[in-house]
Amino acid sequence: MTLLADVRVRRGALDLVVDLAVASGTVTAVVGPNGAGKSTLLAAVAGHLALDAGRIALDGTDLDAPPDVFVPPEDRRLGLVPQDHLLFPHLSALDNVAFAPRARGVPAREARARAAALLERVGVGAVADLRPRALSGGQAQRVALARALAADPAALLLDEPLSALDARTRIEVRRDLRRHLVGFAGPTLLVTHDPVDAFALADHVVVLEGGRVTQAGPLAEVTARPRSRHVADLVGTNLLPGTAAGTTIRTDGGLEVVVAEPLHGPVLATIPPTAVALHRHAPEGSPRNRWSGTVADVDRLGDRVRVRLAPPVGLVAEITPAAAAELGLREGDPVWASVKATEVTAYPR
Amino acid sequence: MALLVVAVAAVAFFALPLLGLLQQARWSTLVDDLTSPGARDALRLSLVVSLGATALALGLGTPLAWVLARAAVPARSLLRSLVLLPMVVPPVVGGTALLAALGPESPVGGWLDDAFGVVLPGTTTAAVLAAAFVAMPFYVITVEGALRGVDRRLEQVAASLGAGRATVLRRVTLPIVGPSLVSGAVLAWARALGEFGATVTFAGNVEGQTRTLPLAVSLRLQEDQGSGIALSLVLVAVSVVVLAALRDRWLRTP
Repeated sequence: MTLLADVRVRRGALDLVVDLAVASGTVTAVVGPNGAGKSTLLAAVAGHLALDAGRIALDGTDLDAPPDVFVPPEDRRLGLVPQDHLLFPHLSALDNVAFAPRARGVPAREARARAAALLERVGVGAVADLRPRALSGGQAQRVALARALAADPAALLLDEPLSALDARTRIEVRRDLRRHLVGFAGPTLLVTHDPVDAFALADHVVVLEGGRVTQAGPLAEVTARPRSRHVADLVGTNLLPGTAAGTTIRTDGGLEVVVAEPLHGPVLATIPPTAVALHRHAPEGSPRNRWSGTVADVDRLGDRVRVRLAPPVGLVAEITPAAAAELGLREGDPVWASVKATEVTAYPR
Repeated sequence: MALLVVAVAAVAFFALPLLGLLQQARWSTLVDDLTSPGARDALRLSLVVSLGATALALGLGTPLAWVLARAAVPARSLLRSLVLLPMVVPPVVGGTALLAALGPESPVGGWLDDAFGVVLPGTTTAAVLAAAFVAMPFYVITVEGALRGVDRRLEQVAASLGAGRATVLRRVTLPIVGPSLVSGAVLAWARALGEFGATVTFAGNVEGQTRTLPLAVSLRLQEDQGSGIALSLVLVAVSVVVLAALRDRWLRTP
């Protein structure tokens, strides 16, 4: 089962041209700055906006193929988890989740039993009788996920599912969301402006800028080789899965990274490339993290130079052209990299 | 301090007429005043006319509010001004306009007479039309505002969850605006209940046909102040009940 979206839509100043495919059991994240057309893309797939040209198909069935086919949103079998959860304010959490089965004619009793089970599954069974107003952000987002799953969807659409949450809740909900997405058999399309969400949840990334796809591919490839300055800013951060014991993380790549806040268990650490300093000789002084390695390649991206180190260090550093000229780095040169402990962000995965 | 004095004066300005009404009331004959045939007729007529006008406002006003809030209509603000005009125009003028448009001298009124033998002025139907004319705008603006306040994305989400347009309306939109439908209807009903000017001008003051409570009050005050006050007290009591019923929506300080 695959979700195909060859979308061409003109709307105001936005001219959106996107062609993507999401395979069953995989998650594709569409990332990009505000106004890039992410929400418009999702609206088109959901059927809230008709295509000017192109084709949207799910499992070989056309959902929108102008000028002949337009399946209305209610018949698309898509589970939408909207931005800001958008739960129905006049219904309890349970009735929100029971909404989809009820709309498809399932008797009230059965729909509610199904809803109660789903609320349990996403970990908010205790708030079934509360109205959305009484729910915390994290609870509301979980209810919204349950509501989408209750529709028994063939594909899931997530619109900035974590953007309304505070930092702490976001980490928890993100982890749970990942678990549920892994358990979901159909294709998932995720729209987010936060690259960390993409890292944590997606297998593939599509970068959207000004209505055009500027880069697409497996997550690791896009983060390792951003093709534009913009993509580098967006997703080009160093991502290190590892295991934490206190303030030390041993990465799966065999690196030891010191962080400021103690943690335990499996973690995901990120280091912005601009926080990685490069040196010809072993650095002295404050940085808690320093590694010696070799330069894998050097790229000029706009007003920055992007230096990739070979494994096992495998970090990407972004330095100014002046610094690059001073260091005079070339492929294969030995180099030291250093990062302050406070520049490393780590969170449980 | 000066502000406080003025505020107290303002409260007195609202409270004194009410006290006057209670003080001048002829309590000993109140029951007789309210159960006299004329009073009973006026009570019955007021109920029929105000409820009829409210029903008309609901039936015509709901689709109108929907169109004003949602449809892509040309000259929307002009259309809205037209709908709100009866709230601003003096009721007597509204009644005169109704008479000019539907009275026996008018083309429409003439046709009604020729084709069906119907002459509106002097009938309860005319009283209902007059009351609906002045009361419906209250319902329409309340409901239009509520419909505008509904997050359209909620309806889109409902559609994504498999709800067709009728289901979205029934299970999402109407429940969300439900309280406003009720308060709009109550507002319109209260306005229809107190309607005087347009009724007396268009429908006339015909006992048993168009003489509603306000008309009866005004007539009786000229002959027998006590019974006029008794009928007024009925209208005051009704207003207090309405206010109490809607207190959650209007009186609660945000």
